[in-house]
Amino acid sequence: MNFVERTLSSFVNAMERALYAEEHAKADGLLQRLDPRIKVIGILLVVIAAAMAHKLWVIGAAFAIALILAVSSRVSLAILTKRVWLPVLLFTGIIALPAPLVISGREVWRLPWLGWPLTAQGLASASYLVTRVETAATLSVLLILCTPWSHVLKALRVLGVPVLFVVILGMAYRYIFLLLESAHDMLESRRSRMVGELPGPERRRLAAASVGVLMSKTLQMSGDVYSAMLARGFRGEVYVLDDFKTARLDWIMLAVFVALASGVFYCGR
Amino acid sequence: MPVPVFDVREVSFRYHQVTALDRLSLAIEPGKRVALLGANGSGKSTLLRILDGLVFPEKGLVTFCGESLTEDRLQDPDFAYEFRRRVGLVFQNPDTQLFSPTVFDEVAFGPLQLQWPKEKVRSRVEQMLEVMKISHLKDRSPHHLSTGEKKHVTLASVLVLDPEVLLLDEPTAALDPKSASQMVDFLIGLRGGAKTVVTTTHDLDIVEDVADHCFVFQSGRVVAEGAPADLLRATSLLEQTNLVHAHRHVHPSGEIHSHPHLHSHQH
Repeated sequence: MNFVERTLSSFVNAMERALYAEEHAKADGLLQRLDPRIKVIGILLVVIAAAMAHKLWVIGAAFAIALILAVSSRVSLAILTKRVWLPVLLFTGIIALPAPLVISGREVWRLPWLGWPLTAQGLASASYLVTRVETAATLSVLLILCTPWSHVLKALRVLGVPVLFVVILGMAYRYIFLLLESAHDMLESRRSRMVGELPGPERRRLAAASVGVLMSKTLQMSGDVYSAMLARGFRGEVYVLDDFKTARLDWIMLAVFVALASGVFYCGR
Repeated sequence: MPVPVFDVREVSFRYHQVTALDRLSLAIEPGKRVALLGANGSGKSTLLRILDGLVFPEKGLVTFCGESLTEDRLQDPDFAYEFRRRVGLVFQNPDTQLFSPTVFDEVAFGPLQLQWPKEKVRSRVEQMLEVMKISHLKDRSPHHLSTGEKKHVTLASVLVLDPEVLLLDEPTAALDPKSASQMVDFLIGLRGGAKTVVTTTHDLDIVEDVADHCFVFQSGRVVAEGAPADLLRATSLLEQTNLVHAHRHVHPSGEIHSHPHLHSHQH
């Protein structure tokens, strides 16, 4: 697969993932039934508690909570493995890799041939990093998979995020898809006129030109969007409609989240 | 004589070095359905933006119901509120007008910015979605809509404010025949009502259905005006302004020739 085809494929994957997330947010699961504000607060509490824990088993318990939430919200563990656990393990693992070698402490093993010592403190440090990130990433992805993105943004207001910030993020999310489509069409038209693989300098030139064209389209579109906002009464202040209504289940789950986060925080001190 | 809704006098506008409007003058009477006809680049969309107070002419004067429509005037919150409530513009490209995360949020945007009470906004939006038959789309994201659906949503997002003046920029552009027909049916439904409707188009097939009076544009100026039926008979004018074309076609007798003509459907 050449550069253009790989890029096209990644655009299509990105759009498919977004579509999957939106479809999944409509499924009948535990998290899907909750008020988005409760989810944001509850999941944030558990993430913070897990990040502050100093015992691996406590972080493991928080991870287990995430797994239970995933199963009860009908989120496929295969999807979580492919999109969260493996990528996080790869990237965080690379960052954590030097830790057992550079952090001094009690030696537990030596690398064959190289003879470099691995320390217990270094291994522990690497483990803390990887497990904390895996847990936080899992909980965050669960929030996004089980909640429409527009609701996640509106729910951030309960944390004091300014309305303007929420509106800008919402518009950015909306227009990313439009720009993805434009980029997709540009590269498809290029592919229809290509034979064979592009040399390296040509690939880089194509990438830079695509970025430039998309930037130009974005600038023009942003002016038009601003005009459209003005035409409907925008004068600098933005107002949004929150349609969230809490039910008994929301308050019960909030209490559960607070209890779990408190337990993780207390046991992990 | 009623005060014109819009009175445009000797208005000129340029985009950098390109002249879009060149000393253009016209008046739009209240309650009339007006079509602005012209080829691409003739200045129709630019005029709509000027009428909607989004851009302002370099020269000339525009009034709205007798009041000057200037950038300074629109800084006055009271005037701006009234103007935005009374005048609605539907853009040609629906993607520029659909900037909210969901259809419901989009239709609610206008009333919220005009600071209507939230309960009123909710009920009005629900009502408008029902009227436009797009209630089933209310939680959808704009990038999941077809072009026809997007056009319906953009129309709903403007009509929710019940404006007195409706400005429509190429409302049937990029629509399939069925969607275009539905749009035209909607515009026909506005006949006889209190709304003033200004439609830009270069689709001559719909002009007689959507307008009582037409202005023909060329190179940023009005070169003719009149009733649609009269203008559609002026073949040389239409050819000169690139609104009709000559193409080769075959008659049932087998004769092949070309001449400028209008396509029409006779019953």
